[in-house]
Amino acid sequence: MKRTRVPPAIGLLAALGLLLFLLPLAGLIVRAPWNQALGELIDPTTTTALGLSIFCSLTATAIALVLGIPLAMILARTRGTLRNVLRALTTLPMVLPPVAGGVALWLAFGRRGLVGSLLYQWFGIQIPFTTAAAVMAETFVAMPFLVIAVEAGLRSLDHRYEEAARSLGAGYWRVFTRVTLPLLRPAIFSGAVLCWARALGEFGATITFAGNFPGRTQTVPIAVYLALETKPEAAITLSLILLVVSVAILVGMRDRWLGAL
Amino acid sequence: MLEATVRVQRDAFMLDVSLTAAAHETVAVLGPNGAGKTTLLRALAGLDEMKGRVVLDGRVLDDSARGVHVPAERRHAGLVFQDHVLFPHLSAVENVAFGLRAQGRPQAAAVARKWLDDAGLGDRAEALPRALSGGQAQRVALLRALATEPKLLLLDEPLSALDISVRAEVRRELSKQLASFHGVRLLVTHDPLEAMALADKLVVLEHGSVVQSGTPGEVTARPRSRFVADLAGVNLLRGRAYGDHVALAAEASLAAVDAGTGDVFAVIHPRAVALYRTRPDGTPRNVWRGQVDTVDLHGERVRVRVMGPVPLVAEVTRAAVQELGLTAGAAVWMAVKATEVSVYPA
Repeated sequence: MKRTRVPPAIGLLAALGLLLFLLPLAGLIVRAPWNQALGELIDPTTTTALGLSIFCSLTATAIALVLGIPLAMILARTRGTLRNVLRALTTLPMVLPPVAGGVALWLAFGRRGLVGSLLYQWFGIQIPFTTAAAVMAETFVAMPFLVIAVEAGLRSLDHRYEEAARSLGAGYWRVFTRVTLPLLRPAIFSGAVLCWARALGEFGATITFAGNFPGRTQTVPIAVYLALETKPEAAITLSLILLVVSVAILVGMRDRWLGAL
Repeated sequence: MLEATVRVQRDAFMLDVSLTAAAHETVAVLGPNGAGKTTLLRALAGLDEMKGRVVLDGRVLDDSARGVHVPAERRHAGLVFQDHVLFPHLSAVENVAFGLRAQGRPQAAAVARKWLDDAGLGDRAEALPRALSGGQAQRVALLRALATEPKLLLLDEPLSALDISVRAEVRRELSKQLASFHGVRLLVTHDPLEAMALADKLVVLEHGSVVQSGTPGEVTARPRSRFVADLAGVNLLRGRAYGDHVALAAEASLAAVDAGTGDVFAVIHPRAVALYRTRPDGTPRNVWRGQVDTVDLHGERVRVRVMGPVPLVAEVTRAAVQELGLTAGAAVWMAVKATEVSVYPA
């Protein structure tokens, strides 16, 4: 089959689009203070932000796994209007501007919030501007990625494996842990990686709901944003780290994710 | 001993089957695709909702009138799927051990290994299902079901997913395994050969109902449906008997001996159908015109399907095909002696 030729105008626009991606990356790499990078890496501000980011993003991913897999199971079972409503609710954080998400979290869990006021009255618990708030903000924004991936995995799962397990005498939990979860492993894995990557890069919802307190809520993206004014070398070094992590995720998932899309 | 009355309604399809199967007996439910075979099997396995009553060795598994339903995992009914459905993430030995572990049996892995060893699959124990050949996978799936020592073994088209080349070998193996299994054995298939080779009793299912049951010999000797007639390789006609003849559809008439009266089936073996180029003289009482539809070669014997007022399949020699110029579309005369027509009540 002979392919039709692409007009030069299309090629030109495509090249411009590609440049839009490439130039900033080039800027980051070219202007990186390579000789200072190691120094920045052991700077306490940097290491604190990095450690906090890793802790928060991993915790958010863990929470997303515990809550998101059951949610995906319910989604995969429902049909009709209920399914559309549930789906819209779970995917909303993917399209909602993160800052609005942060405001929403604050209105629900803030000291005068819907739930937050009760938490404060009854238990004296305040969530905003704590590490817990940072974790919540990241979970809010990142969990849909996991839910969507696991739900797709469940829908394409051949349920006869579960039926075979039942006919062999396995009860619900044995079927779930020994058959369903292992068969879903690829979907859970790719969902968890996407979720983690999104949580790691979270900025808007976190700074709105959790604020900017070094060691408590100042994650890498927030540290980058603030350092750009005062210490650009630190900002560039941290951005490079985020870039390396992203590339590593892309390379690690190229088979199951890029290839599939 | 299995006694089952199963009714499943799904959209326009209605399955309504009663059957009994004794221990140590292989019952084959035979029917064309869409007859409801898999639906029946899934209901017996407890995987789908059904109405009716299922009793296995005196234990009530289902009784919709009294709201009884024993779930699949507590039925002791081993199910072997058409395309094996081995757990892809577990090795062969772990697949066999799965049911043993679910039952909380000690040394599940060792017991499973013994099953594989005894079946001559010991060297494939550590292999993942995707590394097994089709025949090996099907045999492991059978062992996986047998290892749980079920009271009822259900097999869904156990050979049809296999290549023709390995089918005979797996069939022999399956036949041996079935013989040593002491519970009730029920297999569903659309393949008459599979049914004949493995079953002690046939239950023929069409459009959700049983049309015939009995030993393979009984069923094929007196077909009660087109499907059975085709599998027995005979011509089946239906009509109304008036002593010495049977009135068929389209005003055709079939001369027969002692046809009786009332609605009947008439069976004519293809070897009893003689073909001529011109109208034959002589004694045959049944002579019809027709047109050759298809010509199938089976070694020296050739089956010729002839369309006409009475559509029949004739079996002739290769030489006859040459002499009579039997090709699709050729005009022929068919003759059948009245004594070659066997008639029995519908």
